Amino acid sequence: MTTSTVLAAAGAVSGGEAVTFWILAPLALAGAIGMVAARNAIHSALWLVLTMLSLGVFYVLQAGPFIGMVQIIVYTGAIMMLFLFVLMLVGRDASDSLIEVLRGQRIAAIGLGIGFAALLGSGIHRATQGAPPAGLEQANAGGNVQGIARLLFTDYLFAFELTAALLITATIGGMILAHVERRKEDKRDQVATMKARFAPGNYPGPKPGPGVFATSSSVATPARLPDGRLSDLSTPDILPLRELTAEESSLKGTEK
Amino acid sequence: MNLAQAPSLTDFGHDPWWLVLGKIVFAFVVALLGTLLGVWFERRVVGFMQVRPGPNQLGPFGLLQTLADGLKMAFKEDILPKAADKVIYFFAPAISVICAVTALSVIPFGPMVSIFGHQTPLQVTDVPVAVLVVLALSSMAVYGIVLAGWASGSTYPLLGGLRSTAQLISYEVALGLSIVAVFMLSGTMSTSEIVAAQSNGPQLTLFGSEFQLPGWYALLLFPSFVIFFISIVGETNRPPFDLPEAESELVAGFMTEYSSLKFALIMLSEYVAMVTMSAFTVTLFLGGWHAPWPLNLWSGANSGWWPLLWFFGKVVLLVFVFVWLRGTLPRLRYDQLMRLGWKVLIPISLVWVVVLAWLRTVDDWETKSRLYAIGIPAGILLLAAMFWPSRKPQPQPTLAEQVENRPPGSFPLPPLDLQVPPSPRTRRMVAEREPANVPAGQDSEEV
Repeated sequence: MTTSTVLAAAGAVSGGEAVTFWILAPLALAGAIGMVAARNAIHSALWLVLTMLSLGVFYVLQAGPFIGMVQIIVYTGAIMMLFLFVLMLVGRDASDSLIEVLRGQRIAAIGLGIGFAALLGSGIHRATQGAPPAGLEQANAGGNVQGIARLLFTDYLFAFELTAALLITATIGGMILAHVERRKEDKRDQVATMKARFAPGNYPGPKPGPGVFATSSSVATPARLPDGRLSDLSTPDILPLRELTAEESSLKGTEK
Repeated sequence: MNLAQAPSLTDFGHDPWWLVLGKIVFAFVVALLGTLLGVWFERRVVGFMQVRPGPNQLGPFGLLQTLADGLKMAFKEDILPKAADKVIYFFAPAISVICAVTALSVIPFGPMVSIFGHQTPLQVTDVPVAVLVVLALSSMAVYGIVLAGWASGSTYPLLGGLRSTAQLISYEVALGLSIVAVFMLSGTMSTSEIVAAQSNGPQLTLFGSEFQLPGWYALLLFPSFVIFFISIVGETNRPPFDLPEAESELVAGFMTEYSSLKFALIMLSEYVAMVTMSAFTVTLFLGGWHAPWPLNLWSGANSGWWPLLWFFGKVVLLVFVFVWLRGTLPRLRYDQLMRLGWKVLIPISLVWVVVLAWLRTVDDWETKSRLYAIGIPAGILLLAAMFWPSRKPQPQPTLAEQVENRPPGSFPLPPLDLQVPPSPRTRRMVAEREPANVPAGQDSEEV
């Protein structure tokens, strides 16, 4: 058991705990406000990351090191990262539009938010004031992680498995919704692709250049296929397909 | 083997402030020196593998080359792209470095030692969830790369950042799953206790005599070790998984726009992460600071300051493996990387954890039922593997058959027995050289 566990269990706020709290609490609040106030979506997400990190440290401070680390790994490390992933795909210049659709909604939201926070804070403060923390020593008796594991696999096993089943179902549902169904015949591997490429009716290679195996190097002269036929793929569409006459293909006497 | 030297969690948190400060400075110096020597080591080893000298001019064996490069980088112009997000562009490299260096604080470098009369473990601190701290820091380090890529305001860095997000999240899953096996065997998440748990292997009774199995989890949990190592190569963006900075595809990936000291910070974080992850592997799987086999026969090997030597020896060995991989393997394609992560590493880890849980459950049973419990599933697996229907290889049609079976209207083929006629010049040259012996008619059979 670490010293922080012992101190938290004693019910008194130690010096280190108080210092950490008073450093991180303003940061957490600033993160929350910044997330709402930031114009850019990525900045918003990063402010939220700051709040989540502070919350993780608060959990550790409250003698719950496991939940603190899980908060950082799962929420900031994985979930917020996926948020960022999506936001980055949206584009970096996609800021909020400044036109207010509902007039006065900002003022109303700020007022309601402060009111709600005051209500919640005073309620919790009055409920917990003077009440000594109890049971922390027993809960962390065999170690924090072991205590959580014991509860998860005894008392809360069914709830845990139900949650797991729900999450798995949601994941598979999401995959099915996002999945573009392709029939097995449509999925072509490399062999099938090559067979289709060389199937009759499809031209397999790059188009033959004009004049290949031909009697002249003029662009108007069609290429010859290996079996001797002429290919009209090799000449531009606007040119008529024709063979050169004997006079045209004979030497002009300009070689010397 | 002196087991009283192994620290436990209760040994932490009693140090005076100067000792804590000293340990923190030590961990930081390890990180910086690891980078300085790591870059030199990598260049020399890769040079050796490619049969060239590598840096050998500055200092003995070129040891000061990295220092000179670092100084040079500090004097370079610091370029801030116009489209960059200034604040995030500035902070992103710092996030990477902070996360990489902080992870060293929970790595046990050695056992209890005496420093100026204080008995103290050679480790900055340890918490009951120390392994999770390292995981959390490595998951935060992703932000450095992703934000560096995004804040540069340019296409290649953005693509590198997106790639690294997907890559690091996928490989973190495999990483976490492979550590589960270590937790199951050691029963703790604290790094110092995991090292202590590897000091003694399980006893094995074979033919009436007792055998002491080695306690290293790399041997006891070999599949986990392999998956873990592959995952940390992906986690540290080292080749063959260096897709976020693939120079042949993305110029330099997420760090394309960075220059001067910010670029130096990114390089620093990469090498510190390599050293940190090697130290983490040593802690989890290679017995931490415990002496390897022939050395641990000497009773003093695991006490005092000696373990520091074994620890760093193992770390250097792992860094060498990192460099070896870089010198050997070509870069994976992106879809191959994802397939390896999601379809190979994660399923194997899951199955292995289930098998391990089964073995651990069976371990408490009496010998006869234990043999049944292990033997029957193993036998079924063996039979299934033996009688698994294998696909008969189709006889390959000959070339002539293939030509014969082509559907009408196929692309025209030149005649298969086409022979290139010999050049008339060759015939003339041969005839001039040996006019009497070579009849003109035989040349035409040459090809």
